[in-house]
Amino acid sequence: MKLDSKVVLITGAGGGIGQAAVRKFVSEGAKVMLADLGTDETQVLVDELGSEHCACVAVDVADAAQVENMVHATVNTFGAIDVFVANAGIEGQIGSIMDTDVSNLDKILAVNVRGVWLGLHYVMPVMRDAGGGSVIITSSGAGVQGSPNTAGYNSSKHAVIGLMRCAALEVAQFGIRVNTVNPGAVETRMMESIEDGFAEAGAGDFRTMVEAVTPLGRYGQPDEIANMMVFLGSDDSSYCTGGVFMVDGGNST
Amino acid sequence: MNFDFNNKVVLITGAAAGLGYACAQAFAAAGAKLVITDISQEALDQAVENLQQDGTEVLGLLNDASDSADVGTMMTALVARFGRLDIAVNNAGTATPLQEFHEVDEAEFDRVIAVNLKGVWLCMQAEIRQMLKQGGGRIVNMASATSRNTYPHAAPYVTSKFAVAGLTRTVAVDYADRDIRINAICPGNVATPLVVSLVEDLSLLSTKHAMKRLGTPEEVANGVLFLASELSSFSTGSLLEVDGGWNAI
Repeated sequence: MKLDSKVVLITGAGGGIGQAAVRKFVSEGAKVMLADLGTDETQVLVDELGSEHCACVAVDVADAAQVENMVHATVNTFGAIDVFVANAGIEGQIGSIMDTDVSNLDKILAVNVRGVWLGLHYVMPVMRDAGGGSVIITSSGAGVQGSPNTAGYNSSKHAVIGLMRCAALEVAQFGIRVNTVNPGAVETRMMESIEDGFAEAGAGDFRTMVEAVTPLGRYGQPDEIANMMVFLGSDDSSYCTGGVFMVDGGNST
Repeated sequence: MNFDFNNKVVLITGAAAGLGYACAQAFAAAGAKLVITDISQEALDQAVENLQQDGTEVLGLLNDASDSADVGTMMTALVARFGRLDIAVNNAGTATPLQEFHEVDEAEFDRVIAVNLKGVWLCMQAEIRQMLKQGGGRIVNMASATSRNTYPHAAPYVTSKFAVAGLTRTVAVDYADRDIRINAICPGNVATPLVVSLVEDLSLLSTKHAMKRLGTPEEVANGVLFLASELSSFSTGSLLEVDGGWNAI
C-alpha cells in the first residue's frame, strides 16, 4: 500500500470529507490521528477502524495551545507526522456583507485561516526535523471564485491559497510539500447547513443553483475529495507543491 | 496509488520518448492496451519493441498530430485494432529555441501552434467522436506550468500552452454531461529529449521551481494516470500542477 506506516494527522476528521479521508488513508496503510472539536464522532470512527490504525484528539484549531497539544499527541502516539491534512473549517452564517455582523467574519477567519496557520506553525517543524512531509490544506471552489452571501467563507478559502503558496516556498528546501485541495459542493453536513442558510436568508435553492452551474451536474462525494488527498499525501505526487488542486465537477471552468 | 487500467485502450500521442513514453510505460504497467504515435518511425519502432517486451499489447502509428487526414487515419486504425478508445493522452508537442519575440520567424510560430494547439484540437475532435459513439471516455492534455506562468524568450511555446489550457477547460464543459472527462496536466521542467535539445544549461531551469530541481518523467506520468483513473471522478476541466512549486512563486 502506498502509505504503509506513514502517519497522517487530519483536522476536521469528524466531518464529511474528513471522515472519508480518514477511511482512505487507513485503507492505504497509514496510521491516522483524527482531530476535531470533540471526540464523540471521531471516537466512533476509531472504534470502527481499530485503535491499531488510528486515534483521536480534541482540538479547537483556532487555539494555539490546543494545536500544539494536538501535534504533541500525534507524535507521542505514532512517533511522527508524515502527512498533515488541514481540513477543519466552518461555513459561518449565510448572508450578504451588508446584512451580516463582523463577528461572523471573525469567527470564520479564526478557524479557516488562523487555524490553518497554527497547524502549519506547529506541524512543519516536526516534518522538517524528520526530513520532509506533505501538507494538504482544504480550500474550496470558493477559494478561486466569488459568490453572493458567503463572503466570509470565500475570503477565508482564498486566503489559505496564499498561505499555502508562501508555506510551499518556505519549506521546499526541507522536503516538505504544501498544496490545497479545492472541493466543489460535496454531499456533507456542511453543505446541508449551507443549503439551509440560503433558504433562511431567502437567497434561493442552493443545491439547484450549484447543480445548474456544475458541468458534471451533481454534488461530489466525500470519497472523490479524499482520493485527491491521498494522491497529494503519497509519493505519487512527489513533484507537486504550491499547487491548487480543483475537485469541483468542472465548476471553476 | 495502485492504478488499474486492465484491458483499457489508451492512446498516447508523441509517445516514442520523454513524457509520452513515461506515460506509456506507466499505463502498460497498470495493464492497459496501448496505441502510441510519433513522427519518428525509428523511435516509434524502438518504443513499441521495448513496451512489447513486457507483454503489453501495443499498436504503433506514425502520425503527425497537426495533420487532420493523418489524425483520421490514426483513429480508424485504432478502432480497427481495438474497437474502442477509453483514454487519450494528447501529449505530442514541440518548441522553438529560446529567442526574443521580435526575432521569431512567422514559420516557427505556425509550426508550434500547429502541433501544440491544432494538434490537440484535431486529436480531441477525433477522440470525442469515438467516445460519443461508445458512451464516454477520459482525455488528458499535456499542458505546462507555462499554461499559467511565463518563460522568457519562449513566446510561441507559452502561447500554445496557455491555449491548450483554455481549450481543455472549454471543451470539458461541452461534454461533461456525456461522461467524457477532460483535464490537463501542467508539468514543470523535466529533462526530456525536447528540453535537453533546446536548453544549454539545465541548472538554470531548476531555479524556476521551489524544489530547485527538475521533475522526472515518472512524476508527470503519475499525475496523468490519476486524471485518467476513476480516482478523479469529480474532476473535469481542471489543470493538475506537477511543477515542483513553480506556480507558487
